[in-house]
Amino acid sequence: MIRLEALTKVYETAQGPHTAVDHVSFEVADGETCVLLGPSGCGKTTTLRMINRLVAPTSGKIVIGGRDTDSVDPVELRRTIGYVIQQIGLFPNMTVGENIGVVPRLLGWDVARRRRRAEELLAMLALEPANFLDRYPNELSGGQAQRIGVARALAADPPVLLMDEPFGALDPVNREVIQTEFLRMQRTLRKTVLFVSHDIDEAVKMADRIAIFRAGRLVQFAAPDTMLAHPADDFVASFVGSDRTLKRLRLIRVLEVMVAGAVDRVAANGPAVKPDEDLRRVATLFLEHGVGELACVSDDGRVVGHVTREAVAARLAQDGAGDRG
Amino acid sequence: METLSFILHNLPAIGERTLEHLSIVSVAVGVAIVTGVPLGIAITQSRRVADTVLYLGSILMTIPSIALFGVLIPILSKIGHGIGWLPAVIAAMVYAQLPIIRNTYTAIRNVDPALRSAAIGMGMSVPQRLARVEIPIALPVIIAGIRVAVVINIGVTAIAAYIGAGGLGTFISRGISQTDIRQLLTGALTLGLLAIACDYSLLWLQRRLTPKGVRPRAP
Repeated sequence: MIRLEALTKVYETAQGPHTAVDHVSFEVADGETCVLLGPSGCGKTTTLRMINRLVAPTSGKIVIGGRDTDSVDPVELRRTIGYVIQQIGLFPNMTVGENIGVVPRLLGWDVARRRRRAEELLAMLALEPANFLDRYPNELSGGQAQRIGVARALAADPPVLLMDEPFGALDPVNREVIQTEFLRMQRTLRKTVLFVSHDIDEAVKMADRIAIFRAGRLVQFAAPDTMLAHPADDFVASFVGSDRTLKRLRLIRVLEVMVAGAVDRVAANGPAVKPDEDLRRVATLFLEHGVGELACVSDDGRVVGHVTREAVAARLAQDGAGDRG
Repeated sequence: METLSFILHNLPAIGERTLEHLSIVSVAVGVAIVTGVPLGIAITQSRRVADTVLYLGSILMTIPSIALFGVLIPILSKIGHGIGWLPAVIAAMVYAQLPIIRNTYTAIRNVDPALRSAAIGMGMSVPQRLARVEIPIALPVIIAGIRVAVVINIGVTAIAAYIGAGGLGTFISRGISQTDIRQLLTGALTLGLLAIACDYSLLWLQRRLTPKGVRPRAP
C-alpha cells in the first residue's frame, strides 16, 4: 500500500520558485494499479520520481507498506521498488539474462538463483529463455526490449512497481499487445503499480484508479468509470474527451446489463453477444443492425439472456462504480 | 642500400634503443592512466571543475617539449637527475594526461542518460553504477585516448634523446650531428614503425575490450 501525504516539490529557478507538485495526497491499495494522468508538465512524473527518491521532496510524506520512506536509505529503498522507464534503458554491455539479474545481484542472490529467475520471467513473458537469455539488447526488437525492461523490474519480486510511460516508445499495435499482456500478468502478480501516462485511453484500460494532475495539483482521484461518468471539472471533462460515454462502454461487460432468460421477440439466430464481451460490441451491433435488443449466447450457442438499449442507458446513468473485473 | 645494411649490421643497438624508448613511454603512460582515468571520472561530477581541468590540460599540451625539458633540467638536477630517463618520463607523463583525462570524461558523459537514470532508479550506488555500467560502456573511448597518448609520447621521447634519455631518437640526433643519413633514416623509420605497431596493438586491445553488446552490429 502506498500513501502520499501533502507531497510537494518546489524548484528554485531563475524566475523564482516553481511548484512542480503541490500538496498531493492519495492512497493506492495493495495490488491496485493507479495511473497518474495529465498533460506535459503537470507534475505526474515528478511525483513518481519522488516515490523512489530520484527527486527529493520539498515537504510531505510517502508511506510504503507502513514505512515512511524518509527513514530508509534511498539506495536500499530503490532495490525494493521495480522501475520501468520510457526509454527502456537496458544496459547494452550486459546480456538479457544479466540485465534481468541486476537487482537480484545487488541483493546478493547467487548466480544459479539469478539465472532461474531470469528463465522464469522470460517464460512468463512468452520469450523462449534458451533463445533470449544470452542475447544482447542491440539484438532485440522494440517490443521484446520493453518486455525485458518489465521483467528486469519484476526480477527481485518487489511489491511496488513504478512505471514512467513505459510503453510510450512502442508503436500503437505493440503497445496494445503489451498493455493487455501486462494486465494479464497483473491478475496473477497483484503488484501495487503506479503508472504515469498522458494517454486517457491507456489510463482507462490499465487503471483501477486514475489520479489526474494539472499544474502540480491532483484534480481528481477516482476509478476510470467514475471519472468518465462524473469528471470533476471542465479540465478533466476536456482531458477525458467529449466521447467519454463511448469510452465507458469498454469498461462495462454485457453480463452487467444482461437480463437472464430467453425472450421471444429477440431472435435467437440474429446478431448476438457473449456475456463477457464489453458494451462496445453491443453498441456496434445496435448501430449496424438498427436494433434495440440483442440476444446473449454462451460459448456453446445457448441463449442465456438479452440486452436492451434501456438496460444499457440505465447502467450508464449509474454512479459509475462498476468494477472492470 | 646503405641504410638497409646499416640497420642489418646494428640490430642489437637498435633493439636496445627500442627497449629504452618503450620503457620511457610505458612508464609515462602507465602513470598517466593511474592519475588520468580517476581524474576523468571525478570531473564528471561537476561541469565547472571539468571545464577548468580540461582547459589547464590543453594549455600544458601547447608547451613545446624542448621547452618543457629545459624547465625540468634545472629542477631535477637538484636531485641529480637533471638529464636522462627521469625528465623524459616526467615530460611524457605531462603530455599523456590530457588525451586520457579528456577521453575518460567525454566517454562517461556520453553514456546515454537513460542508462544512468535506470541504474540509479534500480538501486545501484555510485561505485556500482560506474563499475557495472558506465566504465564498461566508456572503455573503448578511454582506450582510444590511451592510444593517442602513446603515439604522442613516442614522439616526445624521440626528442628526449637530446637530453641524454637514449631511445630511438639518438639515431636521429647523431645522424644530424654527424651528417650521417643512414642513422637519420634508421631513426626515422624505426620510430615510425614503432608508432604504427603500438597504435595497432592498442586498437586490437580496444576492440577486444569493447563489450559485446556495445560493438556495432554486423549488418
